[in-house]
Amino acid sequence: MNRALARTPAARISLGLVYVTLTAAAIITAVPFVWMICAALKTNEDFFTALFLPLRETGGVAWDRLTLSNFTRLFTEHGFAGAMLNSVFLSSTTAVLATLSASMAGYALARFEFKGRSLVIAVVLGVLVVPGTVLLAPSYQLLFQLGLLDTFTGLILPAAAPAFGVFLFRQAVISSVPAQLIEAARIDGAGEWRIYFQIALPLLRPMVGAFLLVTFLGAWNNFIGPQIVLQTPERFPLAVAVSLLRGVYYQDYGLQMAGTLVSVVPVLALFLLLQKEFIAGLTSGAVKG
Amino acid sequence: MRPRSTTLAAWSLLAPFLLLFIVFTAYPIVRSLVLSTQQTFGPGTTVFVGTSNYRAIFDDPLFYKALLNTSIFTAGSVFIQLPLSLGLAMLLNRPDIRGRAFFRVIFFAPSLVGLVFVAMIFSLLLEKRTGLVNQVLHSWTGFPLDFPWMQQYAMGALIVAALWMYVGFNMVYFLAALQNVSPELDEAAQIDGAGPWQRFLNVTLPAIAPVGGFVVLLSIIGSFQLFELPWIMFQGPGYDNRALTVVMYLFQAGFEVGDLGYASAVGWILALILIGAALVQRAASRSHA
Repeated sequence: MNRALARTPAARISLGLVYVTLTAAAIITAVPFVWMICAALKTNEDFFTALFLPLRETGGVAWDRLTLSNFTRLFTEHGFAGAMLNSVFLSSTTAVLATLSASMAGYALARFEFKGRSLVIAVVLGVLVVPGTVLLAPSYQLLFQLGLLDTFTGLILPAAAPAFGVFLFRQAVISSVPAQLIEAARIDGAGEWRIYFQIALPLLRPMVGAFLLVTFLGAWNNFIGPQIVLQTPERFPLAVAVSLLRGVYYQDYGLQMAGTLVSVVPVLALFLLLQKEFIAGLTSGAVKG
Repeated sequence: MRPRSTTLAAWSLLAPFLLLFIVFTAYPIVRSLVLSTQQTFGPGTTVFVGTSNYRAIFDDPLFYKALLNTSIFTAGSVFIQLPLSLGLAMLLNRPDIRGRAFFRVIFFAPSLVGLVFVAMIFSLLLEKRTGLVNQVLHSWTGFPLDFPWMQQYAMGALIVAALWMYVGFNMVYFLAALQNVSPELDEAAQIDGAGPWQRFLNVTLPAIAPVGGFVVLLSIIGSFQLFELPWIMFQGPGYDNRALTVVMYLFQAGFEVGDLGYASAVGWILALILIGAALVQRAASRSHA
């Protein structure tokens, strides 16, 4: 039926239009990326005269006018090496701790019977309806009282206990870690921690991968957290360091785009390597919902 | 003997999450309720003021301005962005499309770029005269080169930036939802002479309604917490407070003025709006089911 339809001229035209629309949308999506790369490679002079790359008067791209000076200035004058290390450290630590704590808790809530379990589940689910912005003011006060303002610990610990992650891991355990398997391991005399690390965690691998990526990405792109908690510029991650470029060097467009580029490229590279996990992770919960 | 040891194991698996969750999520939520009845001068000093924070908020014309701006942005997300996402998903979902994976990667990529970085890119793209958007629109359609996105049409600029960032992200949800559309039913409707629009309304829409409702809710929740995009693009509330959002209003009260109590009260008003939206969505999806 469909094949027969596809051969008619009208159907061919409509398929052609679909490709034209999709290609146009893809170009519109790609242009800001391309434009950012070009802007990062241009001098400020060329930024205003050339839309993308600077051209020669005789035609063709003036490759020799491109410059890496925006990047060298980022790393030599604006401390971006440090900011990048801060981002890598904050994001990976947060991702690992959050995944560990959420998978352990999700496993315990899915496969153990104990008093208080339903209360814990109810509280964790109940908190999901409260938007994160409610936490900004009281968290700041709490971190002040604990002496954790302007420390990495003050940023990492609150993010290491994700309620939504517990919910996701509980679902994943219910659907992919059979109770009989755990029971069999217990009869064989395996300790509970060993069962978690050697049986449950390997079976949860797809969810672990997806959740690691999503929390890493969230921490990498987080701005409001470090903006509120951190005060010492040497501790700023990329998101804050880049935002300062717009505030202080607002006319230095090449520098701003170079800073943005080096902040975005690591994440995009990770995405291209691990597309499937990424999309599964970011949309998890929705498909079943 | 066994039940006791497994109970112990369950609590020890839960412990890392639960400890951090109680200290950094559950306690701050309760604390923010108390804080919202207090006035603070920095994080250390508090005075009880009863409901006067809430009354002051509802008496402040700026709060209504923030609420209006945020609502405009939210409307843009729901009524412009989501239809585009659904449209792209339907095009990509045609069985005769090649290169689906390629298009999906391209469309999805912008959602990985953090809000701060999107703001950096679009503040330059939307600048009058030098920005790419006006230059291209001007040369193609005669659109005014001086169109002041950044100066006067702040919400328009933000909606454009958010379109680039989220159309592909929401498309992935819709693409998953479209797998619920029964090809047999669609083909039967086609044979019975139903046009494309009728088939969309009577076959496609009911099948994707559950996920669609969820996406609308997520979009509302996300849009109402708009902060980083305008904060970086306009370096604050912008000309005539045209870029002021509810969370920016909260941020300024809490972290620029230093009144965490007032900020907490704003947070709870926002929370109630979003919980209300969630309840409406729930009721709507039940009545359809």
